[in-house]
Amino acid sequence: MDGTDGFEPKIIGFCCNWCAYAGADLAGISRIQYPSNLRMIRVMCSGAIEVTYILEALQKGADGVFIGGCHPGDCHYQAGNYKTMRKIILAKQMLAQLGISPQRLKLEWVSAAEGQRFAQVVTDFIEEVKKLGPNPLCQEVTQHG
Amino acid sequence: MAKRIKLAIGLGSTCSGCDIAILDLNEKILSLVALADIVFWPTAMDFKLSDLEQMQNNDIDVTLYHGTIRTSENEHIAHLLRERSKVMIAFGSCACFGGIPGLCNLTNKKEILETVYKETPSTVNPEFTTPKTKIAQDGHDLTLPELFNDARALPQIIDVDYYLPGCPPVVELIEKLVPIIANFLEKGELPPKGTVIASDKTLCEQCPLTKENKMISRIFRPHEIIPDPKRCLLEQGILCLGPATRGGCGARCINARMPCRGCMGPTAEAKDQGAKMVSAIASILGVENEKDLSEGDVEKLMSQIKDPVGTFYRFSLPVALVNRRVKEGG
Repeated sequence: MDGTDGFEPKIIGFCCNWCAYAGADLAGISRIQYPSNLRMIRVMCSGAIEVTYILEALQKGADGVFIGGCHPGDCHYQAGNYKTMRKIILAKQMLAQLGISPQRLKLEWVSAAEGQRFAQVVTDFIEEVKKLGPNPLCQEVTQHG
Repeated sequence: MAKRIKLAIGLGSTCSGCDIAILDLNEKILSLVALADIVFWPTAMDFKLSDLEQMQNNDIDVTLYHGTIRTSENEHIAHLLRERSKVMIAFGSCACFGGIPGLCNLTNKKEILETVYKETPSTVNPEFTTPKTKIAQDGHDLTLPELFNDARALPQIIDVDYYLPGCPPVVELIEKLVPIIANFLEKGELPPKGTVIASDKTLCEQCPLTKENKMISRIFRPHEIIPDPKRCLLEQGILCLGPATRGGCGARCINARMPCRGCMGPTAEAKDQGAKMVSAIASILGVENEKDLSEGDVEKLMSQIKDPVGTFYRFSLPVALVNRRVKEGG
């Protein structure tokens, strides 16, 4: 299956309580439409997202992982989002080495006032993952020989 | 004559450093030999696979198994030893987490055979002859074990009772086995299943160096810098896996001014050693001027780590969450 064949990716989203999640809320109450591939998990700060969560999501079959945090300078906890950025960039370099496209991991800054932007970046990411196709970790049947 | 325990030392794909580590007990090996009859140890004594096959189930009291599971023979011997033994101990990093041979999961069987039997400059092999598991020659059937695509740790193959990590395990930890074995012999008592014979804390907790200010602006490889011998190596920009690695080794590398390479594996709390290390690096590298760094700057900063998977999972790739290289698009 690929993007043209009606492949509907599963995306796990981790969104920070103060900005991205509030942005998603705003998108909801403003009745902005966006695809339903995203399963969202609220965390207090994007800086609290462990790389373990990302790897586990991918290992359990997520086709993409979306991380939403506050814009630089806006972190509710001062600097959590800077840490997120460093963590995600290094995690992407690691994913590339493991043969997983780094594009499956997306970091976006979304403020609480950006409902429209939230819907847009999520839609774009889902499109991107559709083009990538299913998660290779689920395809690979580990051969023994 | 006092009751004695039957001890076996089995091996998979291994460098046999673990065997040497047992011999490194020196005179203390006598206290082990006083307790135990060695019934299987192919590296040090004349034992054959058939000796093991002839034993009954549960004939062996304690088996120390070292080495990765890399071939069908490794797997067969691991299963056989499990059936024959009451207690199975994964001995050394290879058995516990896959160890350095586990890095072969970054490639695959096909690529390995092509490199070794075709591409190396010193190889002349126009017909691309590679090892086969079975051929008939002059009326004889010749067999070889099959090389697996993936390396696996011992607990991924058989039920393991205890773990003794380290590459190789330090003598101080091997010594801890002696009272455990003695207790088993005298009272039939054993520690809870799954016990790791090492510390439950990270290496950093036991590290003798001083931690002052955890912020770094670049990474140094060990040969690029003469470190301050009293200060945390990570704080000086040397990649040390202490924050993501189990302690109990006595910080022997740190005491020789070399950074921790992670051979004791992840701690009990951490699911994934590499992921833990990524978080640790992200917390200190480029923190000082974090507000001025663009995404590109951070990318450049992080790409100083040339081989993140090989560095952070040097000993634990087969037990990592993502434990092999895959391919996009099938």
